[in-house]
Order: sequence, then structure tokens, then C-alpha cells
Amino acid sequence: MTTVIAATGVGTATASRAGVEIRLENLRRRYGAVTALDGLSLTLAPGELVALLGPSGCGKTTALRLLAGLEEADGGRVVIGGHDVTGLPANKRDTGMVFQAYSLFPHMTAWENVAFGLQMRKIGAADRRRRAVETLELVGLAGFANRYAHQMSGGQQQRVALARALAIRPKVLLLDEPLSALDAKVRVRLRDEIRRVQLEVGITTMFVTHDQEEALAIADRVGVMQSGRLEQIGPPTAIYGRPATPFVAEFVGLTNRLAGVVRGGSVEVRGTRIPLVQPDVPDGPAVALIRPEAVTLTSGADTSTGPLVGTVIATAFLGATSRVTVDLGDVRVLAQLATSDAASAPAGTRVQLTLRADPVLIARETSGATPA
Amino acid sequence: MSRNRRLKLQIFRVAVFLVLGAFFLVPIGAMFEFSTRGVTEEAPRTLNAWLTIAQTPDLVAAIFASLALAVLTSLGMLLLLVPTMIWVRLRLPHLSRVIEFLCLLPLTIPAIVLVAGLAPIYLWMNLNISDSILTLAFVYLILVLPYAYRALYTGLAAIDVKTLAEAARSLGANWGTVMLRVIVPNMSVAILNACLLSVAVVLGEFTIANLLNYVNLQVAIALLGRANATVSIAVAVASLMFAFILLVILSFFGRPRTRVEPEPGIPFPGLTAGGPR
Ligand SMILES: Nc1ncnc2c1ncn2[C@@H]1O[C@H](COP(=O)(O)OP(=O)(O)OP(=O)(O)O)[C@@H](O)[C@H]1O
Ligand SMILES: [Mg+2]
Repeated sequence: MTTVIAATGVGTATASRAGVEIRLENLRRRYGAVTALDGLSLTLAPGELVALLGPSGCGKTTALRLLAGLEEADGGRVVIGGHDVTGLPANKRDTGMVFQAYSLFPHMTAWENVAFGLQMRKIGAADRRRRAVETLELVGLAGFANRYAHQMSGGQQQRVALARALAIRPKVLLLDEPLSALDAKVRVRLRDEIRRVQLEVGITTMFVTHDQEEALAIADRVGVMQSGRLEQIGPPTAIYGRPATPFVAEFVGLTNRLAGVVRGGSVEVRGTRIPLVQPDVPDGPAVALIRPEAVTLTSGADTSTGPLVGTVIATAFLGATSRVTVDLGDVRVLAQLATSDAASAPAGTRVQLTLRADPVLIARETSGATPA
Repeated sequence: MSRNRRLKLQIFRVAVFLVLGAFFLVPIGAMFEFSTRGVTEEAPRTLNAWLTIAQTPDLVAAIFASLALAVLTSLGMLLLLVPTMIWVRLRLPHLSRVIEFLCLLPLTIPAIVLVAGLAPIYLWMNLNISDSILTLAFVYLILVLPYAYRALYTGLAAIDVKTLAEAARSLGANWGTVMLRVIVPNMSVAILNACLLSVAVVLGEFTIANLLNYVNLQVAIALLGRANATVSIAVAVASLMFAFILLVILSFFGRPRTRVEPEPGIPFPGLTAGGPR
């Protein structure tokens, strides 16, 4: 712990600094009858970028605001770099925050905005200006120092907001859906830019989003939240490839819900035996969650009958891959294939599907599922 | 839009401007004409009435009293309303209805009723604290509340107070700094409007001052009107002109300050310019 505290003192204007550890311990917050956070615990390693992902209303913003001190917790602790800051007001916490809404001070130019936090820290005028301009350079806005918010695009405003948050050299960087007001192309560019700057500065960062692609692309670890709790946290590949719960599987990426029967630690779906991720699933009818990538198809040959024979009804071109919808009569299945493979099966083609034997999750509720 | 239509719109605008201009200027012109009349029908035009203003000490005193009241009331209004309204918006949103009700209440109470309630207080105040006309500022503060509240409310509604305040807080600003350095500068137009309305209300107030036996500008004009009609009209014109000039000055200051011309820019220069160092 002492080493962590010592590390916070390090850092000059340009050298990258070691971040500090952030711990959220059993945070609780209620708004009247709504439980926004229901015992959230999460530790961010120094310099790590954790993305919080989850459906609307699951408590992501609340978690961030508790960390920033903009909201008070009903219970639990917030520890930044070994210091318990639970009782500190927002202006004493040393957090840099970028908001979803455009939040630049309209009456100040870009550099004045960036310098505001430095002025609050009683840094002299000359230093202030120099550091503000430096930080604007860091986010690629060197020539924009004298512009007002209304003279910049949304993406530029969010960069200035990022510079403003970074200029005070905070212990934590908090980003609450900073890209959601921007159009898709700018979003991707600025996302990569945020990651570059974050790595360069080495600051511990929490990034809230409800866009799974954004979370998977930018984060060291992704935390998936549901109803005020952390459902799973892990590296993007693990979250996507080995979801721990059906909720995570269905929230991150697309899944096919196929009815099957569990027997002795595996599930039989339409004649194919597939191992299970979860241990101890009771035998009986169940719903298996199968990724479109685990479905392949062959056309021609023996496509007359069978539990996995169907007709292609649509193909969505995604670039290198395509997503094909196949109607099996009682259910529709999505398959994600290389575009060249999908081209051989245009709409109307009879195809035979194959389910890869990757371990699958079983959804808890089996209602509506008809065993094959 | 066709040229024809634009022309029609232009004509319409000019016509409205002229009609409204005449509506305001004709009575003022007539007053000015009256104030420059000589003693008899044939006597030449004279500015005697205007010159007399400065030589009527009671009148000058009343003018200064009213101006001082206008300033005091505006200051009091700002000190009372601006922090309260910002605070309610940020921290106590459930109280906003109550504040609105309280601020708009004076509109519904006739001045006479107000005076009936206030007379004993002023009697006591005259005896025990001060009988200065400036004590009227307390009543005037109540009178201007509805107008000032509305003006400030519009200004606050136009900015994202919550996000701006939270951004400033997380950058290390205390609440005082949040208000003075972040919120107030962004509602300067609303603040000027509130001041202007307050000044206008105070300079035009007659009933309360008269009933409480104070001589403010309007009371002085009325008193003078019985003794010397031309002078009283001259003062009335002067006070109208004063309000008008004030309006022009305030609207000039209220304009957003001139800003740097945006450079024609590539939307994202320097995507790589910040590069590794
Ligand atoms: N100030 C508040 N007053 C009352 N309820 C609130 C308040 N803030 C949040 N909530 C409730 O708490 C829950 C969590 O809200 P939160 O803003 O953290 O969700 P979120 O995950 O950020 O959602 P989104 O993706 O829509 O931003 C929601 O049900 C919300 O309605
Ligand atoms: Mg949110």
C-alpha cells in the first residue's frame, strides 16, 4: 500500500505517471424505492481502464458519481490510492470527470476551461496557461486554445473536456458515456484517442458505457452490471468468449436461444451434444445460449430433412463477415460466417446447420422452450 | 423563399416598426412639446421648465432618492434571489414550486393592501431605526420579486446548471466559486434583465411611497404637477428618457461578448499530432 501512495506523488508534465489503485467496497445507494446500487464491489488496478457495461438503469452512472463524490453512498466505502475518501466532498477528491452532456463552461475559451481546475489548485497564471496548452496538445487540439465551446464540434468539445479533466492530474479519470452524443465515425476515432491518451498518462480510469463494442474495444477489463450489481468482470475476451451467466451472454453479443434437454452434464440441442459451462445444471428441458459464430452451414447435398435443416431467409452484410438468418420451421437461428461462405447461400437456399461443440450456457428460465 | 415574399415581409416589419414607434413617440413628443411652451400662446419656445428642474431642490432630492432606491433594490434582489435560485435548482429541486409561489405572490397583492400591512412596521421603524426614504428599499424588494424571479428563471433554464456545477465541483471548486465563476457569468443577460425590470419598477413606483409619506420621484412629479405643470411634465419626459437610455445601455452590455472568428478548420486536426512523446 505504501508504494501505491508514494507513486501518486510522482509525475511531471510530460512523463507518464503510475496510476493508483481504486477500490469500491460494497457500495449501496437507494433512490426512494429504487435500488440503484446493491452492494457493488470493484477494484481497479493502478493504471487500469475498466469499462462498466450494462443496460439502462443498472446503476453505472450512480457508481461513477459515488466514486466522484457527486452523490453520497448509503453504505460502503470508496478508497482511492489507499485513502478512504467516502466522506470527502467532490471538490476534495481529486477525480477528473468527463460527462455525457457537453459540459464546457460556455463563457471560457478552451484553454481557460482546461486551466480552471489548475486555478482552483492555486497554480500561477503562467504555469496554468502552459499546462493548459500542453494538455490541449495531448488531446490533439493544439490550435484550438482560443475557441469557445460553441465554435467547436461535439467531438472537439469532448476532447477539451478530457483535457480539462486530465490537466489537474487527478488520481482517477471518470468517463460517463462521453461518446454517446457523437456520430458513429467520430465515436470510434475518439474512443481510440481516449485509450491512447489514457495509456500515455497511465491514469486509472473508469469508463461507463452501454455500448458493448465500445467497452470490449477500449478496456483492460469489462465489468457487466445488472440491477445494481456486478454480474461479471474480466478481460474483454473472457466476457465475450466465456460469459459466466446467461445475462452476460445475452447482453454482450448476439445469442441464439435454442431449446434442448440437459442430461448428465451436457445438453442435447437438435441432435447435437454440447458441453455445459455451468456445473450442476439439473437434468431436464432447458434453453441453450449459442453464439452465431458457433453455427456453421453447408448447402447442397443432404439438405432434405433433419432437425438442423432450414431455409436462408436473410443475409446481413457486416464487412468481412455476414450474418445469415436461417428458418428451421419452429425457430430462427443466426449464423455468423465469413462473407465468402455466406455468398454461397443466398436467401431461399436450403441449408444444413452444424453447431460447434463449444461449451454453452443454459438460461435459467425455460418457459416457452419446446424440447426438440 | 421567393423575393416577392421576402419583400412583403420586409414591408410588414417596417410598418409594424413605424406604428409601434409612433405609438410610443407621439405621447412623449406631445409631452416634450408641452414642456417647452411659453407662458402665453404667442410666447416663444423656451427650455425654462427644464432648467427649473435643477433649481428645485426638493425635486433633485427626490430624483437622487429614487435612483439610490433603484440601486439598493437591485442589489438586494440579486443578493437574495441569485444564490437562492441556484441553490434550489442544484440541491433542493423539490422546493422550486414553493419559491416560485412566494416570489410571484406580490403580483396578486394590491399595493394598498401591502401598505395597510406595512404602515405599522414603518411607523415603528421611523421611530426606532431610521426615517430615511431609503428604507423603502425593503418594500420595493418585495415588489420587484415577481419580475426579477421570472427573468432569472429564464436565464437559469437556458443553461445546464447541474452539469456545469458538477464539472466545476470535480475540478476542485467550492460552492461559492461554482456560483460566482461558473453559473453567474452564464446568466449575465438574465441578471441584467432582472436589474432593468427592478429599476423600472422602482423609478415608476408611486402608490406605496405616497401612502407611507415619502417623496420619491413619482410623488415629487405629482406634487409639482399641481404647482407647475410644465416642469412636472419635463421631469416625466426626463425620467422616461432615462429609463430608455438605461434600456439601451443594458441591452448593449447584455450582448454576448465579441468572440474570435472561428478559423476554418479540419474537423479533427492532429489526430496524431498529440502523439507519443
Ligand atoms: N437522482 C435520482 N433520483 C431518483 N432515481 C434515480 C436518480 N438517479 C438515478 N436513479 C435511478 O437509479 C437507477 C440507476 O440509475 P443510473 O443513472 O445509475 O443508471 P445507468 O446505468 O447510468 O443508466 P443509463 O445507461 O440509462 O445512463 C435507475 O433506476 C434510476 O432511475
Ligand atoms: Mg448513465
